[in-house]
Amino acid sequence: MSFPVESNPRFADYAHPEAIVSTQWVSENLGKPGLVLVECNEDILLYSTGHIEGAVKVDWHTELNHPDNRDYIDGEQMAALLSSKGISREDTIVLYGDKSNWWATYAMWVFKLFGHEDIRIMDGGRAKWIEEGRELTKDLPTTAATNYPVVTRDDSTIRAFKDDVLEHFGKPMIDVRSPLEYTGEKLHMPDYPNEGASRGGHIPTARSVPWSKAVNEDQTFKTLEELNQIYRVDAGISDSSDVIAYCRIGERSSHTWFVLRYLLGIPKVRNYDGSWTEWGSTVRVPIVKGEEPGAVPVGF
Amino acid sequence: MSTTKGAQEIIEAFQEVPQNVKLELLLEYSEALPALPERYEDHPELLERVEECQSPVYLFVEVDAETTVHIFLTAPDEAPTTKGFASILQSALDQEKAETVLSFDESFVDALGITDLVSPLRIRGLQGMLMRIKRQVKEKML
Repeated sequence: MSFPVESNPRFADYAHPEAIVSTQWVSENLGKPGLVLVECNEDILLYSTGHIEGAVKVDWHTELNHPDNRDYIDGEQMAALLSSKGISREDTIVLYGDKSNWWATYAMWVFKLFGHEDIRIMDGGRAKWIEEGRELTKDLPTTAATNYPVVTRDDSTIRAFKDDVLEHFGKPMIDVRSPLEYTGEKLHMPDYPNEGASRGGHIPTARSVPWSKAVNEDQTFKTLEELNQIYRVDAGISDSSDVIAYCRIGERSSHTWFVLRYLLGIPKVRNYDGSWTEWGSTVRVPIVKGEEPGAVPVGF
Repeated sequence: MSTTKGAQEIIEAFQEVPQNVKLELLLEYSEALPALPERYEDHPELLERVEECQSPVYLFVEVDAETTVHIFLTAPDEAPTTKGFASILQSALDQEKAETVLSFDESFVDALGITDLVSPLRIRGLQGMLMRIKRQVKEKML
């Protein structure tokens, strides 16, 4: 690892304090060789209105997704993308973004499909940086292209597909969407348009733990003690659990994946990126409406 | 189906630049969205929320005695894409006659050539704004 773990009492209790940094740490380490800042936002124009000096932009929509298939880019495309951003395999990547780091954790999850070792999330994201009065610039960084290696995408460790979910009923599954999406009263987030699911509700046996429970008002992550209460005590997850998290298209569940995997240290956590837009539109899969997780369905 | 001079200029501007410059153009539009007049700033309840948009967008439409349409839109600075869309619609439809706005060709949205650049949710937000502008014009013509 090229950079030492940030020594910060706020992070010390987390299972993997090497996966998180503060805005202050970023500020102190700006411009050091081997450190690459990557901004990934829901609003793809936001980076252009001002970003942290030296940060490169990753566009979740046009750069991480396969142009035609509903899938992610392959190893060659990822190598080309990261090379063009000036990122080397050994670099420490610090990700941050808008919306409580939804897209930053999403980008981290996609990068992890390709096994990039050292990735850290900037706690509090873009909003906290701005709130603290830290500087933004519109100047684009001058990055020299690198030669990022072609790595085969590993879909077996942290990614779950619909067929995996069909075999997962009864094992820990977390629905991180808003309560109204979980019960089936709404097909989409409050204030968001419907993104193409034809049925409302949740996957049988999935527990409702909205992603937002993991963050404070300033968008930073809650303490380990608070997170343990939410996920281990209330949701019954333990280190031996085999967990699948899902949301609407996999972005909010990346946030929960990060919390479970890196802050709580649960070894086996997968993100079902097909999420509700796939499940809620698939013919003959079981769906439960209402507040109860529902029983293990028979015959699926 | 109708179009407007403003809409044609916008389409031409978007079509003549390569894909990667289209986003810069959208950003320029977002920066050009005029501020709300005081009478709406002080009365947010008069504005209609565009539910199709991911970010809080509010709009209000006036139709004057000569049936000229005046469009007022506001979106947060943290949502430049949404703000850019609001600005584009404002430039395309403000000061046009009500009948022109009502019959405005909605393929305008596709003609911008940005559907590959922004997520389908965003495009739906833009369509939602247009739909609501038309509906308000219709209501005010009754």
